[in-house]
Amino acid sequence: MNDVVAAELACAVREHAGRLAASLVRVTGDFATAEDLVQDAVLSALRHWPTEGIPEHPDAWLFTVARRRGLDSLRRDANYRAKLAQLEWPVQPEPDERLRLIFTCCHPALPREAQIALTLRVVCGMTTAQIGRAFLVPETTMAQRITRAKRKIAEAGIPYRIPADDELSARLTEVLAVIYLLFNEGYLGTAEQVHSRDLVDDAEWLASLLYTLMPTEPEAAGLLALIRLHRARAAARFDEDGRFVLLPQQDRSLWDSAAIADATRILTRAAKQRQPGPYQLQAAIIACHAEAESWEHTDWEQIVLLYDMLLHLAPSPVTRLNRTIALRYLSGAHAAMTELDTLAGELDRFHLYHATRADLLRELGRFEEARASDGRALELTANPAEQELLQRRIANTP
Amino acid sequence: MKYVLLFVETEEFADEMAALGASERERAHARVNEWFASHADKLRGGSRLKSPDTATTVRLDRGDPVIVDGPFVEGKEVVSGYLEIEVADLDEALRVVKTWPGCPVVEIRPIEFEAM
Repeated sequence: MNDVVAAELACAVREHAGRLAASLVRVTGDFATAEDLVQDAVLSALRHWPTEGIPEHPDAWLFTVARRRGLDSLRRDANYRAKLAQLEWPVQPEPDERLRLIFTCCHPALPREAQIALTLRVVCGMTTAQIGRAFLVPETTMAQRITRAKRKIAEAGIPYRIPADDELSARLTEVLAVIYLLFNEGYLGTAEQVHSRDLVDDAEWLASLLYTLMPTEPEAAGLLALIRLHRARAAARFDEDGRFVLLPQQDRSLWDSAAIADATRILTRAAKQRQPGPYQLQAAIIACHAEAESWEHTDWEQIVLLYDMLLHLAPSPVTRLNRTIALRYLSGAHAAMTELDTLAGELDRFHLYHATRADLLRELGRFEEARASDGRALELTANPAEQELLQRRIANTP
Repeated sequence: MKYVLLFVETEEFADEMAALGASERERAHARVNEWFASHADKLRGGSRLKSPDTATTVRLDRGDPVIVDGPFVEGKEVVSGYLEIEVADLDEALRVVKTWPGCPVVEIRPIEFEAM
């Protein structure tokens, strides 16, 4: 199966599997069984579609298989069979059905790993084997994780619904965190990019679905803008030999300016609601970079200001580290170093702390210390592209 | 659905309670009473337990029953009481628990079946 066919297949499955799962849960009232039937139908599609082609109505095809499987395998459950037998395609769609699915998969009573796995399987129609490969976890382990989560949903009484207004914002934060982690895993992850499914695609698709379903939630817009602003610049992140290129050295003509403009529009619209949140602010910081015509033209004052707002809403040592980098270009290496020193204890195990320190030391002419800091960063990262970059830097430091 | 809420106390919490003055203690009790009153329609019974140093544990999986002084897990967090509640689903149970004004940890456990 070539890449184009694989990508088309992934798209067709993703577009329809979640909808089908949502419809089946609604009609039968049984989350776990509905989800099993859809997964069966997806596996069947992945066997048939590559040779027979994607059917004209993939949704009807998946539905027919799921329904037939259900009628075959659930012989003993007369009640369930009766409900399933009455089902006709198209099932009357409800606009917010998939939203219920997402909120159930990302329920805070489930562990984070299970939320991610379940969302990918139930909402995006990924197979257990695909999820296992993406997270470098054996398929059996992933299967256990998913089975356990589905059992907890049934037995602990996790409801299948959109949370009430007073809980919505906390629960939405949970969903956004799952999508953001998924994106990061795909964008920065150490897993090789040879899967038939790209996690970054799935993360963007989920963020876009959430934005469509909850258009008045500014943080959903912020996350979508954040992901799209990153992706719009993806072509410049690696050179032709597959080596990492850092932001100052990137060829900005490779950036997708239309995509950047699009994402910025989403962000600007969200900002009009005047409810800033961590995703909107992170997206705004990236938008500052994305809109600067060169590294030298970057609006560092604005970026430091945005970091201050972000730290106010969501304090974190990693965000303070990123602010330090911006501060270097606004106030100089000495000021940045003073800030960086305050993070030494908390971030001693974080490779980017040491890499940032190395960069500042180089600017201050302290080359020996710079090499040592890059060496420490090298010990702490498992990412091959980052390792290669650090080795190059150490070799080029006088 | 029915759930049992297991109330868990920590050493810190016990120390804080012990340090309260008479009027503060009264206010703390009033808050707990208020919580019971406002959720009375969902509560199906339960008990406050005596301190874990009064517990006796019996092990039946080592031949003859072995009787040991103390709770089954020794630790800084101890079960101090339980309540059975009846609510629609886990979200409603979570809403009830989130407003609990007493001890700092509560475990929510669905009931599989009732023994009596």
